[in-house]
Order: sequence, then structure tokens, then C-alpha cells
Amino acid sequence: MYVYDEYDQRIIEDRVKQFRDQTRRYLAGELSEEEFRPLRLQNGLYIQRFAPMLRVAVPYGQLTSRQTRMLAKIARDYDKGYAHISTRQNVQYNWPALEDIPEILAELATVQMHAIQTSGNCLRNVTTDQFAGVAADEVIDPRPWCEIVRQWTTFHPEFAYLPRKFKIAINGASSDRAAIEVHDIGLEPVHNAAGELGFRVLVGGGLGRTPVVGAFINEFLPWQDLLSYLDAILRVYNRYGRRDNKYKARIKILVKALTPDVFAEKVEAEMAHLRGGSTTLTEAEVHRVAKHFVDPEYLALSNLDSELDALNNEHPGFARWRTRNTLAHKKPGYVAVTLSLKPTGVAPGDLTDKQLDAVADLAERYSFGQLRTSHEQNIILADVEQRQLHALWLELREGGFATPNIGLLTDIICCPGGDFCSLANAKSIPIAESIQRRFDNLDYLFDIGELDLNISGCMNACGHHHVGHIGILGVDKKGEEFYQVSLGGSASRDASLGKILGPSFAQDAMPDVIEKLINVYVEKRTEDERFIDTYQRIGIDPFKERVYAANH
Amino acid sequence: MQRIIKNNQIVDETWHLLPKDVTLEQLSNCDDYIVPLQLWREHAHALKARDGGLGVWLDSDEEAEEIGDQVGNFQVIALNFPAFTDGRNYSNARLLRDRYQFKGELRAIGDILRDQLFYLARCGFDAFAIRADKDPEEALQSLQDFSVTYQAATDEPLPLFRRR
Repeated sequence: MYVYDEYDQRIIEDRVKQFRDQTRRYLAGELSEEEFRPLRLQNGLYIQRFAPMLRVAVPYGQLTSRQTRMLAKIARDYDKGYAHISTRQNVQYNWPALEDIPEILAELATVQMHAIQTSGNCLRNVTTDQFAGVAADEVIDPRPWCEIVRQWTTFHPEFAYLPRKFKIAINGASSDRAAIEVHDIGLEPVHNAAGELGFRVLVGGGLGRTPVVGAFINEFLPWQDLLSYLDAILRVYNRYGRRDNKYKARIKILVKALTPDVFAEKVEAEMAHLRGGSTTLTEAEVHRVAKHFVDPEYLALSNLDSELDALNNEHPGFARWRTRNTLAHKKPGYVAVTLSLKPTGVAPGDLTDKQLDAVADLAERYSFGQLRTSHEQNIILADVEQRQLHALWLELREGGFATPNIGLLTDIICCPGGDFCSLANAKSIPIAESIQRRFDNLDYLFDIGELDLNISGCMNACGHHHVGHIGILGVDKKGEEFYQVSLGGSASRDASLGKILGPSFAQDAMPDVIEKLINVYVEKRTEDERFIDTYQRIGIDPFKERVYAANH
Repeated sequence: MQRIIKNNQIVDETWHLLPKDVTLEQLSNCDDYIVPLQLWREHAHALKARDGGLGVWLDSDEEAEEIGDQVGNFQVIALNFPAFTDGRNYSNARLLRDRYQFKGELRAIGDILRDQLFYLARCGFDAFAIRADKDPEEALQSLQDFSVTYQAATDEPLPLFRRR
């Protein structure tokens, strides 16, 4: 975990002071609504349906137990006792008062947290794999690079007023759990023939109104040039990205219009000036940052496969949970555990102040006092000893975190939707709940197997519906809420965008629609085929026919 | 008379900022003018021959490259922000300073408000024509918004990682 030095701390304290004064001037009428809007957005503050929504940055999803307790305190003191994990690994509060925001920021700053650039047309929070640093398939630990990029993005003077928001994701493993191909910039490590580290650079991916899988424009960027290259990309985008139409302002539209090759040439032309400049990264800086992410003090343990299998036989519930909610760890004797924030009946990604405190406590007792958030809106304890796994499971059951559904149909990615968000066309949380209720039988759920079901309440696509194996999009039809279904999206390596099934459905039809889709899959699948595999083999038509068949 | 923030002080404006549709005949010989890019394109020779001071202004959709090798002709280059949220001229400013080595006054004009001054100054602006309805005295304070910066920029040639 990166620990601030006096410089990092001063920057966020300066920000608190600045935002306190901006809020004061706004409330005093010295700043107009229009002038204040971009300022508050760049501090994560939306004006929502009922109250402002504050989005607190969780840089690349890393939290300490101390920070988590502060998040609990803020939920308790300034909100209605709960918080929400967003699809960009951040934490959102739905009920703070505008007047309290400076005080909330001051409290966050005491635990090295902030809300800088969590919204607005600027460089956003950098995201990565929630299993960074512990995954067995890791090439490099992406977190030092995330932190280096985070510092570069923070108050970058040239790129504070971009045409549109800008999201960077960094992957460090052979599988892509960071969905880098649907980001404005995606980075992943690669080694050249000489064994030197570099990055493959993708630009122009994104969801929203015009979903696009990005294009790789550089197959080997030496690590020393990383920040200069980001400067070059952003400079081209800042100058030539469209500003006349906000729906055509993302970098993906520019890259498409120019073609990725021409865009790459423009970046290279900038690089000709920037390469070798002072922004060239140094060994010393990478080392300074990387030493914050060294392994915790792991014990010399061995894997407990047979012991755990014995426990499986004794406790079928434990066995089920272990299959879904744990992931192999790079260290023998350890395991990474995902806490499900998707029990039926709770808004996906929501947790109460008491649960936050409980999670902090569990992190201290089981996982070196650290935890992570995931873009699937769950929480991860990354370094759990296998010999403590059963005890942890018992505690997670008490806390409501042990729903064994990670990666299954009910582990729904879902935006806050029309219940909270003023951009939404339709509610999303009740749809998630009605589907969770329909698929509440665990045997059935396990039999269906891995399935990403993503719900967005509008085409801004915060719920990532384009990359769900099943995607659901809320649409407004003459003032009524309807839901469009798409199939075949994927956010992993070789990402793909879902295809629309057909005309949209009323809210109460949705559980039936999903059930029909699942029935087609169950009937047509071959052994070991996931939903997405069957879909890719048989295409959309059998699904379409079943769902739109006249009722007999 | 408009007051301008220049080198951290408030001074009275002495330059005439000319609109896009100005013609050469409208200029006197001795006044100090900031002319639109189009006039410079058409009459560079005549403008250089005048006795008064010469500046040029670029709109946010005009490119620094166009005057890159001519910056020595200008005492002032002004960059216009049609809206404070239009960030293109932050990049033009950096090109003029860092790539084309412009040493004269670089002035931000248009929708210039105090909450953007810190970023503008980092990108090489040393003069700010604060929007007429705002108080330049108050705006001056925002140049001190941050005491630490991470990135290299025109005001600080080294990124923090080479200074910390």
C-alpha cells in the first residue's frame, strides 16, 4: 500500500482548503451554478435526485482498515449509514449535505484519502485488477505503475479541462481482470526480446453511448517513456478531441475518425519532442514507489488441499463458497477471498457503516489490515491463510458477506440507477433484485455457472451493460421505463460488445426474459460450456426465438 | 479601463485587443495592439513595420504551430478561452513556451476565472485578463492554491519525482 510522504499529504490538504473556499463562494453566491459545476465535479460531487452524491477515490481499489473505518464514520456521521462501491472501484455516498463536503474531505485527508478527479471532464481514477500483487498469473505487479500514473494525473495542469472524461486502466496479469480494452487508455506489461519491461498501449476503448473496443497503438513502449507517452496521447486528445457535441467527445470518437494508425502517428510526432525530457521515469522513482508494494510478511506455509477438501465434505456450504469466492494465491498456504456485496435484497455494492467496520476488523485479523474493492462491486481480502479459511467463512456468514455467487448470475454489476441518479432513464436496483430472487436457488445458480449480468439505468453505461454476457439497459419509452437486453458482451481479454436481442421489455417481464435465456443455454450447452461459450457457438437467434415466441 | 494580472500584480491595461474582423486601415502607427491571427496572416509585413507594440491572439481552435517560428515578432501572445471549460489553449500555451521558446507576455483572455489560474500559470501564462465581472484582487490569491505539484510543466521544469 502506498503511504503518503509530506508532499502527497500537502497536496490533498491544499485541495481541502481550495474546495472549502470554492464551496463558501458558491454558497455566498459569488460563484454561479455554471462556474461551480466543473469545480465540484472534479471533486466527485454530483447534484443528484435527492441530495449531492460524493464519490470518494479509492485509487486502484486499495484500502487499509484504517481508511475503511473512516469510510464507515463518514457513512454514519454525514450519510444515512451506508456507502456504495462503484464500478470504478470508488466509494459513493448518496446523502451528504453540500455544506458538509469540505469537512468530509478534511476527515478523509487525515487517512490519506480524497475525492480528486473522481468525476468531470478530466483524468479519472486509475483502475486495475483487484488481485494485483497476489494473483498466480501475474506478470508484474501493476500497483506501483498505477500509483505513478495517479500522481501524474493529479492536478495535471494541461489536462484539467478535457473534451470529456478520461479513464486509464492497467493490467499486470495474463488474464485481464481490469477490462483494459474498454478504457480510454489501457496498459499492460510486456517484455521485449532483450527481457526489458515495456507496456502495450491501447487507446480509444470505452462504453457509454458508443461502445468501442480500443485499438493497440504501441506494442512496446519502454517503461521509462510511460508518462511522456501519456502526455503525448493526452495532448493530441486535448487539442483535437471534439468539443461541439458531448456525445462525440470521448477519445474513442477521435481515434475512430483519424484511424488508430493516424492517431498513433500524431502521438509519435509529439513524442519526438517529449522523449528524453525530464518526465522520463527513473529507476529511483519506480523503486521508491514499488517498495510500498512489497509482499507483506508471509509465513512459510504449505497448501492445505487435503485439509480443505475434508472441510468441503463436512460443510457443503463452505465447499460451495470456496469454489466461487476464493482465488488461488501466488504464495503457498494463502488464498484470496472475495466478500460478496450481492446478497439478494441489497442494492449491489452497498454496505452499511457497521459492515464497513466489520470488514476493517476482518482485514486486520485475516489479511494484514488491507483490502481491495473490485469493479464488480465486491470487496477482497487478498492474503488469507488457508488454515484460517474456515474460520473466516463462519465470520463472513455472520456479517452477510458469504453469498457464494462470485462470477455467477446473481453477482450483478449494477449502477445506482433511477432510484438515485438524475441521469438515469430507468431504475436498475429493483431489476437486479427481481432477477436475484428468481435465481435464488443455489443449486440452480451453480448449475448455470459463470455468467456476467450487468445492468445500467441509462446509456452512460455505468453498469457496463455492453460487456455483460447478458446486458440490461434501462430506456425511457414515452415516460415509461423499459429494458433492452443484449447478449454476448465480454470485458476480459479479446473483449466484445453485446448484441441487442430485440425490442425492450417492461420491468415485471424481466425475470421471465432472463429465465428464458437461461433455459435456452441449459438446453443447448455442451459439457463445460459457459453461457458465453454457448452463445458464441449458436449465435443470438435461438435466444431471440425463445424470448419473443408468442405465448401458448 | 480593464485591469490585468501580470507577473503576480494588478496593472492597468495598455494594449488594445482587436476583434477578428478588424482591418489594417483601422490601426494607428503608435498604439500597442494585440491583433487576431488572421490579420497577422495577411499583413505580417505591414504589422512589423509599425512603431507601436505588436501582439497576436489565437482562438482555441487555432494552432500554436502556425506562429511557432515567428514568436520573436510578438511582445504579447494572447490565447482566448471562449469558455473556461475549453482546455485547448493550455496545450497551445505549453507549445509556445516549451517548444517555440516564446519569452514575451503570454496572456489568458476570455472566460478567465480565478479557479483556473493555478493551472494556467503552470502552463506558462504570466498575464490574465480576469473576466470583467470578477475581482482581480481576489483572483490573485488563487495563484497560491497549491504548494506542491507532481508534474513537470512550464513553471517547473522537473517533475516532483526528480525533486523529492
